[in-house]
Amino acid sequence: MIKHLLSMDQLSAEQITEVLDTAEQLRSVTDRPIKKLPTLRGRTVCNLFYEASTRTRISFELAAKRLSADVINFSADSKSAVAKGESFKDTAWTLEAMGVDAIVVRHSSSGAPNQLAGWVQASVLNAGDGAHEHPTQALLDLFSIRQHFKDFEGLRVAIVGDVLHSRVARSNVKGLVTMGAEVTLVGPPTLIPAQATTWGATIAHDLDSVIGEVDICYLLRVQKERQSEQLFPSLREYAALWGLDSRRQALMPRDSLVMHPGPMNRGVEISADVSESPRSIILDQVANGLAVRMSLLYLMLGGTSEFGGEAVEHPNRNRPREKEVV
Amino acid sequence: MTAYLIAGGRIVDPASERDETADVRIEDGAVGAIGASLSRAGAEVIDADGAIVAPGFVDLHTHLREPGREDEETIASASAGAAAGGYTALCAMPNTDPVCDTSSVAEKVWALGREVGVVDVRVAGALSRSLEGTKMADIGEMARSAARVTMFTDDGHGVQDSLFARRTMEYLVAFDAVYAEHCEDAALAAEGQMHEGERSVKLGLRGIPAEAEELMAARDIALARLTGCKLHLLHVSTAGTVELVRRAKAEGARISAEATPHHFTLTDAALENYNPLMKVNPPLRSQSDVEAIISGLADGTIDAIATDHAPHAVEEKDQEFTYAPPGMLGLETALGLAITMLLEPGHLDLGRVIEVLSTRPARILGLSDQGSLEVGSAANVVVFDPSARWTVDANGLQSKSRNTPFAGKELTGKVLHTFFRGRPTVRDSQVLNEVLV
Repeated sequence: MIKHLLSMDQLSAEQITEVLDTAEQLRSVTDRPIKKLPTLRGRTVCNLFYEASTRTRISFELAAKRLSADVINFSADSKSAVAKGESFKDTAWTLEAMGVDAIVVRHSSSGAPNQLAGWVQASVLNAGDGAHEHPTQALLDLFSIRQHFKDFEGLRVAIVGDVLHSRVARSNVKGLVTMGAEVTLVGPPTLIPAQATTWGATIAHDLDSVIGEVDICYLLRVQKERQSEQLFPSLREYAALWGLDSRRQALMPRDSLVMHPGPMNRGVEISADVSESPRSIILDQVANGLAVRMSLLYLMLGGTSEFGGEAVEHPNRNRPREKEVV
Repeated sequence: MTAYLIAGGRIVDPASERDETADVRIEDGAVGAIGASLSRAGAEVIDADGAIVAPGFVDLHTHLREPGREDEETIASASAGAAAGGYTALCAMPNTDPVCDTSSVAEKVWALGREVGVVDVRVAGALSRSLEGTKMADIGEMARSAARVTMFTDDGHGVQDSLFARRTMEYLVAFDAVYAEHCEDAALAAEGQMHEGERSVKLGLRGIPAEAEELMAARDIALARLTGCKLHLLHVSTAGTVELVRRAKAEGARISAEATPHHFTLTDAALENYNPLMKVNPPLRSQSDVEAIISGLADGTIDAIATDHAPHAVEEKDQEFTYAPPGMLGLETALGLAITMLLEPGHLDLGRVIEVLSTRPARILGLSDQGSLEVGSAANVVVFDPSARWTVDANGLQSKSRNTPFAGKELTGKVLHTFFRGRPTVRDSQVLNEVLV
């Protein structure tokens, strides 16, 4: 396995499959009465979060703890860390001196994990950097998709919204394209960089013309400040043209899914009823984050013993989905 | 004063249209004679067999950091670095602390440069007070001061207000001074981190489109036509700007332009690893921009190579990419890059390389005692080996800073000796002790 996880560029289809298969096996641990494995006993994982995050940090912390690693949390927004006077590099060297085995880093500056990987011996896991990448989100999304679709080949995925500023979009496009899916990026031209076609995705500006032919509609969070940056006239207009409401959802093919990386702006990119509809697998995405992050820590840190248990074949832990178009 | 005889070198001096193998005799601070087998009487002989003898280089664009950031560079350390790079004159940018927007700051920098006495330290004055682009700096007082300022710029910022740009251009005409622009439309550049293109989108870094430079270049060319002011475009980085300058020159505009070594050497591909040493403003552009810069240097559209030498402390560059300040060192690698990237591949001949490093920048600054090896002129001379190979060592530089993007790169073309007003500042590639600080 790779030493650092900085970008989805690093992973081949085989490696992605290995991560997902391992996650599948590890997920069974969550069903045990004692939800803990000894595999990473004696290893130390540091969560270095320079940007506010609840779900990702907790998910990584829990993943490390389930594997019996010791966990250190260091959270500071970039500005207060700078004000405190210790540079990013000095912090990295401090953690290195303390013998940390892995650093999970989130930072508002794109490329901060790449820089960190150049400074330390520990494995670096990118938990989201600026507008660059969020590879563990992409992997948990692929995992969630695989629970419903046997094959990624030819799977039609629309990623809708603020691609320009989205690290989730970058990682997901790469992961999906690597696995053979067909990705269409949908949104106003101010939020969809024209160069994104070089990622192997196609671009569309009219959601209604796309929505009838997708297996998955993946909605990105629209930051409210984008309106003040004049990237679109109003949140109301955005919601009308690119938001997924029940009218648009009704145009989606049967068995298609709705996804969102969270946190949601209900009423903007997604309406409340769609987010809670049977097609929405948004809560599964959150739940799957734990298994995928356990899998990555296990594979990258080289767990010391077998985690036991049999591989589980795609058990359907999801709520029953309606088969008919609603 | 010791006399020197530089023996048997190839003398390349575009100003006097000379390109021949001969001796150069330096006497009383001036070029005493040029010819075959000159008398060696009373002179220290320097063997220049196989070397090039040329007028000392003139850098139009140096950030000295003194006053204000003497931890990063001083006038003395920059002068030593300049001499090591074959320079005998440089033009200090005004974005110091305090800003060079008054005659007292201009005279102070100029006087410190004279005291160091290693290169001619010329001063560019600010166009606006505190570089804010709203109120005129003391332009006339700086022009008439002992520093005799001939170039004015708000470098680091483009002048955003078109009326302010027009007024200062009009005013500069009274002093026959040059309006030098850092072409960047601030609203379009929008705190960008790198060149806007496929790579910026992939890396998730905010881009600075080529158009942010080209719009202001086009505006300034129009305003120069309107006002009759001499216009100089600093660090041209895009193919579009090269084309604008080419067209303006064809129409007879009084316009000159410079390009930096990094803009004809590196592309935005260097940003792949988020190395803050590769962060610079204007940003490293695309391969086609690099090719346009090279062809502009070759055909005379771009007049000069200027370094935009911008020292930064280690701790300032060793930050997250987004927080690191833009800028890179340039004085000590300019010749090597010009030879490696321009001469060796055959884009420019040797005469043109000397023109862009010395002859033309001396003219743009109005320096009559630089950029020429005419007999009788001040002996500002560089002797370099055009085929010697060397490896850039960041710790071996004269600069107080280390932020070269070329550490470890092997270059062709090495300065052997530099003479400033007849006195050696560099001998056998070593900066002389009396020059060192």
